[in-house]
Amino acid sequence: MNTANPYGSTPTHHMLSVLVQNKPGVLARVASLFARRGYNIFSLAVAPTDDPEFSRISIVVDVESAPLEQIVKQLFKLIEVVRISELDPRRSVERELMVATVRVTPEQRGQVVELANIFEGKILSVGQDAIILSMDGSPEKLDDFSDLLRQYGIIESQRTGRVALPKLDRAAKN
Amino acid sequence: MTSKDHMKGHKAGETITGAQALIRALEMENVDVMFGLPGGCILPAYDPLIESPIRHILVRHEQGAGHMAEGYAHVTGRPGVAMVTSGPAATNMVTPLCDAYMDSIPMVAITGQVGTSAIGTDAFQECDTVGITRSITKHNDLVMSADDLPLAIRQAFHIATTGRPGPTLVDIPKDVLTNSMKWHWPTDDEVADSLPGYKPVSKGHPRMIKEAAQLILKAQQPILYVGGGVLKARAASALRELAELTGIPVVTTLMARGAFPDDHPLCLGMPGMHGTAAAVTAMQKSDLLIALGSRFDDRVTGRVNSFAPHAKIIHVDIDPAEQGKVRKPDVPIVGDCRLVIEEMIKAINDLLADQKQVDITPWRSRVSGWQEQFPLTYEPSEEGGVLKPQYCLEQLRDAAPEGTILVSGVGQHQMWSSQYWKFNEPYTWVNSGGLGTMGFSVPAAIGAKVGRPDKTVWAVDGDGCFQMTAQELVTASLERIPVKIAILNNSYLGMVRQWQEMFYEERYSEVYLSQDTPNYVKWAEAMGCVGIRVDDESEVASAIDKANSINDRPVVVDFRVDAGEKVFPMVAAGQSNDDLMLHPSQNSRREFLR
Repeated sequence: MNTANPYGSTPTHHMLSVLVQNKPGVLARVASLFARRGYNIFSLAVAPTDDPEFSRISIVVDVESAPLEQIVKQLFKLIEVVRISELDPRRSVERELMVATVRVTPEQRGQVVELANIFEGKILSVGQDAIILSMDGSPEKLDDFSDLLRQYGIIESQRTGRVALPKLDRAAKN
Repeated sequence: MTSKDHMKGHKAGETITGAQALIRALEMENVDVMFGLPGGCILPAYDPLIESPIRHILVRHEQGAGHMAEGYAHVTGRPGVAMVTSGPAATNMVTPLCDAYMDSIPMVAITGQVGTSAIGTDAFQECDTVGITRSITKHNDLVMSADDLPLAIRQAFHIATTGRPGPTLVDIPKDVLTNSMKWHWPTDDEVADSLPGYKPVSKGHPRMIKEAAQLILKAQQPILYVGGGVLKARAASALRELAELTGIPVVTTLMARGAFPDDHPLCLGMPGMHGTAAAVTAMQKSDLLIALGSRFDDRVTGRVNSFAPHAKIIHVDIDPAEQGKVRKPDVPIVGDCRLVIEEMIKAINDLLADQKQVDITPWRSRVSGWQEQFPLTYEPSEEGGVLKPQYCLEQLRDAAPEGTILVSGVGQHQMWSSQYWKFNEPYTWVNSGGLGTMGFSVPAAIGAKVGRPDKTVWAVDGDGCFQMTAQELVTASLERIPVKIAILNNSYLGMVRQWQEMFYEERYSEVYLSQDTPNYVKWAEAMGCVGIRVDDESEVASAIDKANSINDRPVVVDFRVDAGEKVFPMVAAGQSNDDLMLHPSQNSRREFLR
């Protein structure tokens, strides 16, 4: 893995999946708790669950800034936080979406489209000297993809932050 | 319709205004008194208040309303209620909210807000109250519809008073107060269902409690480290039973003074920065700290990595986030102190059926040795010399009627109050521990007296503190709340002066107030109080007697005390508790502390 890549997973990153009541100001509460207690948020994704009463906040925290246990306990003190699970990357599926505008000459365009096909990316827009791609996948796959795109020149890119769910048990119960 | 609703004659479905619903909801929560000051956006709520049996105390500054609510809650255990308007009134409530949050005081603040359509437009007296108070309340809520008001009020009281208590705030836009709604009082189940993420734990884990009991019986040098949580849980008598069953000495933190009687042979007094030498040293040498509702505050631990280095830790706290926040416990027990202590006593008794407690008499005698060698002490004034603040406190204490409530501000006088008073009953000590809010005592004393009119309430204040909130004595005079204020007036910001003397080479920077301005006697009289000035030891007793005999108005006694007096013992900030500075007269005996 490219260690210079700011999106690289490191052992100090932990993924918390936080189920909250879907109410105004809940995200502000979570964010201000992190700021007030000196914890670093590495990435954040929020959306309602299938039950519109609740939202799920997926937070990747930088645990070098504080012990994870203390972060979880403080988070759980927020009245609107219903459940917190820490997702072990080995036992969960993680996905992230990236869109990127890449500088390409007409000669290079074919190469980039080929790369996108290999990575199962999509072409969203094509211009004279640039192309917009999207790709979803594990954060590591996105890292690899953007490493490869970098040689052409990434004009701008945006990643969503990770969302994750625990893996299902393969063995039958009982 | 709930039965209580029925009792109060309210019909479910009756159409009333949001303002009427608010006041009715407060009545349903059994609020008997509230502290506040009206203004633009909260105006509609003040109209139905005229017909309400709730007593409203009109303060002179919103900060006063907040501290009064805190003082009321401290002594009654019931939530204090403050109601103020939007904008500047809400920001004036910030200090008391933060104070209540730090000291886990149950309190409900109600603030007016600009109309829902004006929110976010920088309207007159608009501020983001919920945003500003987010990190200093246990919970807060902006109510956007009159129909939501009863549930919001029920939630606010429920959250403020259960689990680890704390302040809550309900922000109500003006049109929510004026709009009509159909009255409905939510049931307990509706409240619980509306808060799916709020389930405070009160019963401790039986296996952990048993483990704790085993550690307690095996410890050779145990100490009960008692914090404010014991008072919040109304666990004083359970604590006494535990201490007497095991014979383990007790320290009571600044927030726990009175949780265990000071005149009990097992009581070592206050630990920490200005704690007794016996309390500080016993914790340092202990092999087992049984922390009950205490949070390893930096003012107790000194430098954390050298705090009680050989002690195992049993940590009982209702807030799971306190477990391991500062010091990793060997036995964490999440639960209500009273329930856990009661279970712990049972577990110990079970174990005692077939095992004996380690003999701790050698430890007890070592601890008593420290108590005898290092009592609290000060140099008495010479004949005709300047008054000593500690002397004034001793005289106040000895003349105080049984059960007197003592309230203090923040600084030297607070430490002397905690040290020299004898707290033998719970809920007789009110102070600002965590936030250290100067100006706390005058309004908090007023709130305490409102909550316990049967008790004498003395506030011991500094002259710096008094000048911050003294205007509330006007409130006290007009509302006939006869509190008594003793100003230990050294014409300095005394604690700052002490630090500048000790740690800044006597370079005194901006700490001198004034010896003659203000004139406290005239000021007291102008506010409708009796004012008494005391310069000499010979006048102390008669001034206190006079103050104690006045019960129809507040009294202010201006004790002119020695500005050079320092609080001892002391652990300098950030230093190890092993490096306790003793009163100079005890330095020669220092090696007894080893």
